[in-house]
Amino acid sequence: MTEAAFVKGILLAVPIFILALWLVPGRWQVRVPGAIAAGLALGLLLAAVLPGGDLSYVVSFLSMASIYAILTLGLNVQWGYTGHLNFGIAGFFAVGAFTSALVTTDAPTGTLAQYSQQAFGLELPFLVGVLAGGIVAGLVALIIAPPVLRLRMDFLAIATIGIAEIIRRIFQNERWLANGPQPLRGIPQPLKCAVDDPGCSWMPDVALAFLEPLQARHYSFIYLIVIVIFLALIYLVLDMATRSPWGRVLRSIRDEEASAGMNGKAVTNYRVQAFIAGAVIMGIAGALYAHYMVTIDYTHFRHLFATFLIWVMLMLGGSGNNKGALLGAFVIWAVWAGTAFIAGWMEPVLAQIAEPLADRSSYIRWMLVAILLAVVVLFRPQGLIRENKVVSRHLLRRAETPPDTRAEQGGAEARTG
Amino acid sequence: MAVAQEQADIRLSERIRAAVQTRTMLWSTLAAIFVVWIAVSLAADVSAGRIISLIAWGVMLGGVIGLGGIGLTLTYGVLKFPNFSHGALVSLGAYLTFAVVDLVPNTARIGPFSFGWEFVLGIVIGAPIVGVVCLAIDRVMYRPLRSNNASLVLFAMASLAMAFFVRSIVYMIWSGDFRFYYPGRSSPALDLPLGIRVQADQLFILLLAGVLVAAVYLLLEYTKMGKAMRATANNPELARVRGINTERVIAYTWMMAGALATAGGAMYGLSSQLRPAMGFWLLLPMFAAVIMGSIGNPRGALVGALIIGVATQLSTSLISPAYGPAVAFVLLIITIVIRPQGLLGAPGE
Repeated sequence: MTEAAFVKGILLAVPIFILALWLVPGRWQVRVPGAIAAGLALGLLLAAVLPGGDLSYVVSFLSMASIYAILTLGLNVQWGYTGHLNFGIAGFFAVGAFTSALVTTDAPTGTLAQYSQQAFGLELPFLVGVLAGGIVAGLVALIIAPPVLRLRMDFLAIATIGIAEIIRRIFQNERWLANGPQPLRGIPQPLKCAVDDPGCSWMPDVALAFLEPLQARHYSFIYLIVIVIFLALIYLVLDMATRSPWGRVLRSIRDEEASAGMNGKAVTNYRVQAFIAGAVIMGIAGALYAHYMVTIDYTHFRHLFATFLIWVMLMLGGSGNNKGALLGAFVIWAVWAGTAFIAGWMEPVLAQIAEPLADRSSYIRWMLVAILLAVVVLFRPQGLIRENKVVSRHLLRRAETPPDTRAEQGGAEARTG
Repeated sequence: MAVAQEQADIRLSERIRAAVQTRTMLWSTLAAIFVVWIAVSLAADVSAGRIISLIAWGVMLGGVIGLGGIGLTLTYGVLKFPNFSHGALVSLGAYLTFAVVDLVPNTARIGPFSFGWEFVLGIVIGAPIVGVVCLAIDRVMYRPLRSNNASLVLFAMASLAMAFFVRSIVYMIWSGDFRFYYPGRSSPALDLPLGIRVQADQLFILLLAGVLVAAVYLLLEYTKMGKAMRATANNPELARVRGINTERVIAYTWMMAGALATAGGAMYGLSSQLRPAMGFWLLLPMFAAVIMGSIGNPRGALVGALIIGVATQLSTSLISPAYGPAVAFVLLIITIVIRPQGLLGAPGE
């Protein structure tokens, strides 16, 4: 194993460790060592076995799946906990992405300003950009939520489709805002200096020596860790929120709005809060996406990629269950990536039927994912992992649970306490 | 004391709501928006002639939106869920018509219109096919959901899945390129009084929308099937108690919705060009028109479509035409806030 492969393996072990934490069941004493072992073993194995190109594919796969997982968690707050039918995820995703891009880039000057325009460029750090992305997406939700949310669910679905469409058109047409139909380039990436030649000035010598074998094109290994840390933080916060009284009020409003109101809960306020919370998370996902892609434009935020796929993920994984949302995101992203190969294999078959059909084999992926959503809606609307009926750890501790759910109970206790 | 005060407040708020949430209020709000917009446009040096032309074009656009909207309002009214796949059905209908026009030898134009008889033939062939597609989707997707008493959101989600399914089929067969029914054939504009110039095709579209709305209205009011449809829309259980075969009624509703979507798609394709996402762009104006004109009411759908069409065109006097969907969206929100039952609905509907 070369030195570079070893470093890559170690870097890959970090996100795998974090992801394994929620996959491995049991108590913390078992989980942490188990996840560390899994992370190291899998990371080093992948780095040793796979050639460089395939390894990069694994990293980009995990990065995109993690960004989608954050989006799915955001949708879960809106739909899973509260029952908001948001068909306009793409809008909040785009707002987060463009906001973070504008906040972190510097405004073009001189001749460059003729080719690339943007409203402002603040050159602020990455974390500020991500925060701003979340906040502005939340503000957009705050503006539109009150008139729409107090009404029927079907109207909300229609209205959110409209919102996403309008936001997309703004980013398509307003040149002064974010370079209009042209892509917005040069979005800075955090910790980029770690893979550059001299290395970050603030890093200790040990870290510099460790990262020495990596080149600039291996940056995605570092950014994957950043994305997965965000994913883990958002997951933890949401997990606590679900168990908190706030989360339980949301679920009661979803299931039985009248009795929640009768018990003195300000139903409309809670619904608006949940909608905004979901939008903030989607905005953060958008910001992470912008820094991942470096170059973004309005075509990245189409309904298929930025709304439909996320719905399929949440419905398959299990609405109202954060674990399900994560699982769904990774499974569907794998399916989506896998269908690319299926579409590739089917190309010769299609060419036999009709020559031009082979060029359009990529649309088979749409069809397969649409069928998958239809199957989930028809046969398993609750998703792969069901929603937990009892989430409060106080109740879980007190309740007389049958032996087969005791492991789950232990896990729940360990997570919150 | 405090309790009494609170009760008085509630009564006051209810009284305000009762005063605001009326048909008159919605009509006058819409009228006020139009008047203010025209006044602002005139103040911003937009000529009166241009405004009149924009209104005329808006009426034509309303015809296209209305044609798509009639089918949508039927399924929304009878089946009680927003069918997000209606846009994809509009695209499918347009492309099926295109396939026929492409296949059969083209005849000369009919009168002043840019299309020949093969275009009419295309709609006549395409309509039942889309109807059958609707029926098949209903059998596979919506009927099992109905028998499970699934919630509205599952229906909406299923229709979203079907929207992408149908659209992927359109992409597979006809690819994503732009198409025209008659590439290169011009459609000369007619000179009408007041300096309005519109194409004969556009007048035809408006006329067809009016005729189809009248036909659907007559069917709903005076035929046995229409009465059964209204009964099913009102209360499916009671309809079944009275011996109405609601499944058969729903099947007819889908057939009609599919046929009307084909007509809408063909006309939309005639007035601009064909692309698989065309129905999706029409989705928001169609839903706005349907809700504004009261769900389940075909006349209302046309009225709403005309209002939205005119507003969309008028908005271009001051803002970029790219924001057409935003106009439909704003009018939708105004309707939902002031009177969710729409312009023609009865209170409490």
